[in-house]
Amino acid sequence: MEEYEKTGVVTLDYLEKLGNVPSEERLKKGPVAMTECIQDIPCNPCAEVCPVKAIEMPEINHRPIVHFDKCIGCTLCMQVCPGLAIVMLDKSKEKPRLTIPYELLPMPERGDTVVLIDREGNDIGEGKVVALFFPDKKYQSALVTVEVDDDRLLYEARNLRVVN
Amino acid sequence: MTDLRIHRHPILKYVRGNPLKFYFEGEERTGYENETIGAALYATGLKEFSHSFKLDRPRGIFCAIGQCASCRMRVNGVPNVRTCITPLEEGMTVERQFGAGEKPTNTEVRKTFKKELEADIAIVGGGPAGLSAAIYAAKFGARVVLVDRFPKLGGQLIKQTHKFFGSRKHDAGVRGIDIAERLIKQVEENPNIMVLSEAEAFGYYEPATIAVAGKDTIYRINAKKIIMATGAAEKALLFENNDLPGVYGAGAAQTLMNTYGVKPGDEIIMVGAGNVGVIVTYQLLQAGVKVKMIVEAMPKIGAYFVHAAKVRRMGVPILTRHSILRAYGENQVEGATIVQLDDNWQPIPGTEKDVEVDGIAISVGLRPTYGLLDQAGVKIQFVPELGGHVALRNRNLETSVKNIYVAGDIAGIEEASTAIMEGRIAGLSAVIDMGLAGDDAKELRESVRAELTELRAGPFGARIRQGLEKVEVL
Ligand code: SF4
Ligand code: SF4
Repeated sequence: MEEYEKTGVVTLDYLEKLGNVPSEERLKKGPVAMTECIQDIPCNPCAEVCPVKAIEMPEINHRPIVHFDKCIGCTLCMQVCPGLAIVMLDKSKEKPRLTIPYELLPMPERGDTVVLIDREGNDIGEGKVVALFFPDKKYQSALVTVEVDDDRLLYEARNLRVVN
Repeated sequence: MTDLRIHRHPILKYVRGNPLKFYFEGEERTGYENETIGAALYATGLKEFSHSFKLDRPRGIFCAIGQCASCRMRVNGVPNVRTCITPLEEGMTVERQFGAGEKPTNTEVRKTFKKELEADIAIVGGGPAGLSAAIYAAKFGARVVLVDRFPKLGGQLIKQTHKFFGSRKHDAGVRGIDIAERLIKQVEENPNIMVLSEAEAFGYYEPATIAVAGKDTIYRINAKKIIMATGAAEKALLFENNDLPGVYGAGAAQTLMNTYGVKPGDEIIMVGAGNVGVIVTYQLLQAGVKVKMIVEAMPKIGAYFVHAAKVRRMGVPILTRHSILRAYGENQVEGATIVQLDDNWQPIPGTEKDVEVDGIAISVGLRPTYGLLDQAGVKIQFVPELGGHVALRNRNLETSVKNIYVAGDIAGIEEASTAIMEGRIAGLSAVIDMGLAGDDAKELRESVRAELTELRAGPFGARIRQGLEKVEVL
């Protein structure tokens, strides 16, 4: 039994071993998708929607494997992912950027400083909202892009909270 | 007065109709059109809906889908009304009921009519399987009567606010509520399909007749084929005070918040970390309910990791090898005592811990609702892999009683996406077997079958595959 099956939390180490973490070099070139979908579940829309076929999935019950060199960072996979298991990382701008899916109220606004939260629900830092994208106008469900000071947050922050 | 109605939600927009005044034990309360009596009472703070037969214990809403007896009340002088599925009306008088309740004072209110209906196919259950069966059968010209218990079609699918898994052609990435809306529209717009809502199928007669109790009419539907798509009920869990108001199925919590916009509580604990428990926890968080923790007796989380990860990063702990020992509280839940389990599932003394909550949601699995099949004499077998008692059948989903087919959770507990596909197969099989459709329907059925097989092929489908081997034997 894997540890994550007991806790519901995956470690960065584990993701690295799976090859799910894009390299520093790749991040410098622009946004790239990182999946945290690590089990063989019957799901494949991320691979189906990818315009450049960057997501490899031999069959529907296989976990997705992103070819970081092919990925153009378009976020389509993230928009469709039912597991909310894909984030975008980017180090090509002045400050590192992280995009995470968010389906809660209150929704942050551009310019807000939000609290960033790790995979276990702990507050671990802050980020500034630089972009918000609503894939489906019907719902308050957004891809939120934050700018951070600390690189580490790209790899550890997976949720956010609006502070008033 | 307490107001548990949700006013802002990231995914759902609640369409509340006009306010309706009603009287609960003489006291005026306000509900809304589109609410059931039960939802309106719950929203205004009522937890204790009835008292049990023998020991006079208080009971509250447990299933919220008309399958348990806990919410039965006296409405307009009539006892045993399932308030969780009965729409609220202006001026209603509602009283708590003790035991079996007193006889109706006014016998006029229950005047019933009789009606016979002729159909090619009668379908029982308007969830994803039943709707899909109706659509696919009607495609080939069958005249269908669809019988559904609820005021609104869609079964449990209308409560699924999350996006679906699978592949694009099975609507992966689309929210269950949107899939439901589309299926319902297709059914309602189809002139070949007649829908009987708020109607309970209660009897089968040879060769293919079913008896149905509608609002004020008893129907006798003479069909040529019957498709049973009655779905499932939540399993109960044995622990001290498990009948205390405030202990409810995870599905009930989902119904209250996602269908009626009513928070089941302020702070709750979830028992069971399978997909349902974890998904409903996420939905509770979206509705603004605090979920203090999820306890799971198994050594590992049953849900897909991606679902579990969602609630973990929102700060909900998942305690595996933990269970609930008792609920406590005066007439309603005030807390739960949890305990750690050893490898033989025995509570470890000294690890008991009290958690203050106002609700305990139980999500320990579903069991197929097979009552009508049993009455019809269909061969049934207990298959743990499929969740309980299920019908033996052939690959076309026809059971041991000719003319009766099954589809969806009644055929084995799975996902809504598989229920949709089984519904299609059953609908197609019915029209093929009646001679209404030929090779094109057969081809279509083959392709649906191939997709279904593909979905079930992974490690998470292993149990289902084992179960199917035991029942697809005719
Ligand atoms: S971000 Fe776009 S290009 Fe990259 S994997 Fe996702 S869909 Fe493909
Ligand atoms: S869409 Fe999301 S959940 Fe589905 S396989 Fe891709 S990453 Fe996993």
